[in-house]
Amino acid sequence: MSLEIVKSGPLTTIQDGGRTGYAKLGYRRCGACDRYAMELANILAGNWEDRRQAVIEFTMRGGTLRFEREAVIALTGADMEPKLDGTVIAMYQPVCVYPGQVLELGFAKTGLRTYLAVGGGFLFSEVMGSCSTDSTCGIGGMEGRALKDKDLLRLRVSREADLYRKDISGREKEFGIPDDWFWLRHPSYPYRSVGRELVPVMRVVPGPQEEAFTEKGRETLWRSVYRVAADSNRMACRLEGAELERVNGSDIISDGIVEGSIQVAANGLPMVMLSDHQTTGGYAKIGTVIHLDLSAIAQRKPGESIGFTYITPEQANEAYRKEVEKLEWLKQELVTKRKARQR
Amino acid sequence: MQKKFRIKPVGDQAALVVFEQKIEESVNTEVMELAARIERAGRQEIVETVPAFASLLVYYDPLRMDFAACAKFLEKLASKTGAGSGHMGKLVEIPVCYGGIYGEDLEYVAKHANMTPEEVIRIHSGREYRIYMLGFLPGFPYLGGMDERLVTPRLSSPRTKIPAGSVGIGGSQTGIYPVSSPGGWQLIGRTPVTLFSPGKGGTLPYEAGDRIRFVPISEEEYLKRSCTEKKAES
Repeated sequence: MSLEIVKSGPLTTIQDGGRTGYAKLGYRRCGACDRYAMELANILAGNWEDRRQAVIEFTMRGGTLRFEREAVIALTGADMEPKLDGTVIAMYQPVCVYPGQVLELGFAKTGLRTYLAVGGGFLFSEVMGSCSTDSTCGIGGMEGRALKDKDLLRLRVSREADLYRKDISGREKEFGIPDDWFWLRHPSYPYRSVGRELVPVMRVVPGPQEEAFTEKGRETLWRSVYRVAADSNRMACRLEGAELERVNGSDIISDGIVEGSIQVAANGLPMVMLSDHQTTGGYAKIGTVIHLDLSAIAQRKPGESIGFTYITPEQANEAYRKEVEKLEWLKQELVTKRKARQR
Repeated sequence: MQKKFRIKPVGDQAALVVFEQKIEESVNTEVMELAARIERAGRQEIVETVPAFASLLVYYDPLRMDFAACAKFLEKLASKTGAGSGHMGKLVEIPVCYGGIYGEDLEYVAKHANMTPEEVIRIHSGREYRIYMLGFLPGFPYLGGMDERLVTPRLSSPRTKIPAGSVGIGGSQTGIYPVSSPGGWQLIGRTPVTLFSPGKGGTLPYEAGDRIRFVPISEEEYLKRSCTEKKAES
């Protein structure tokens, strides 16, 4: 009654909406790096009520999985050219799988992280309110570590998920998001044209230590294009490019940091903190990438470019509400389609 | 009257209440008092807070509250001074077996301070340390107030693995490693107390704002205590 990891990719972990409420004790939040893709995968797999439940996060390259029972799955995020028993299958739609079928995920063609949700969800016990893997503490997910070959992931038995599977069977495409609906497949964020490349521009709320930087330093951030460095990971997206000039070094009296905090270390280069970030830090933060745009950063591969622009917290709050409405709209669409089918 | 704090946005889901940027007990007490007031207010829109030396990070739920509303709420609470003053925190005793295999660098620290290992133990365990904040690792306390005579530079090349419970000195700071981790501090002892307990909901014997006193124990006591701790865990 499970899913077997036949061959694991370089970094495959169980993640959900993250572990909140323990940051004051120093516990990291963790959770999916691309939250939007995680929620979308859950909605498409039929997990409408709890769209922040655990999914598998594949990084750079997927691997091979075998299903030991029938289920509905949905894949979102990076395109790892998924194949089911050797046949290419669509992403961003529910897919019915049957016992013995093998899912192969290759190298990420576009994007960096792929999410796999299963209707009914995975059966992992929560540690402090979350199933997210925290490999620093060795808690959550599969024994607090990344998945490896021969791991067996148990799936939750759910009557609701079985009914959904029967309802959509044979009409999976109708319950998916069309190829050209880019606006629904990803959160909306601005782009900037740099030469022949379209560079995603991350919206940043300045501060809390913007005064640690000179005016020139702040201008540099808005005007430059940065490349994602090879040593980026789930803790931070490190960037290469123009140094940010500081008034008097990078050190501050340590304070709390969030996902999206742009820390600038002694080398003057910005790094954007991601899901596995430490709860506190001692480097000056020039700004914070808004929650929505973290999805875009999470999908940039080493060597790819990003830029930055300015936004107020009020504008960001408004944009966030709109994106949540998008997902809510999708859920309603699926409910309506399903009802029409049942009639 | 000049305000003693500023409220700054941290992206679109958090705010930072910044107090005077000094590592001082009086400032840190204001941080802890504000955190306690927020908790007492019990507002659902507030997700969690992260106290630090001289600031409080406050996460809010952007679907229930925007930054302006959060800032207004914090402004009101942070302006209340005097009311709940006298946040002392509790005193937590941490038993430590100093030296030997438990604190391999005790001799080095003693030599560096030009004193005997016994004197180092006496000085280190002879005072209370305030926990200014927890961070870096779960339960890692940033302690203030170590005796200047014990200041020792960090190792030139960090150890790849430091056992959980290790008590060390790094520069002018002293602290405990609650989980096993790489690190560059000089290790002077180890506590048999289990600090890291995800199974028990992540609780710790202490929190930010409390005080710690290290109590020297013998190796025999260390072994006995670590046995009971292990039993309690399983």
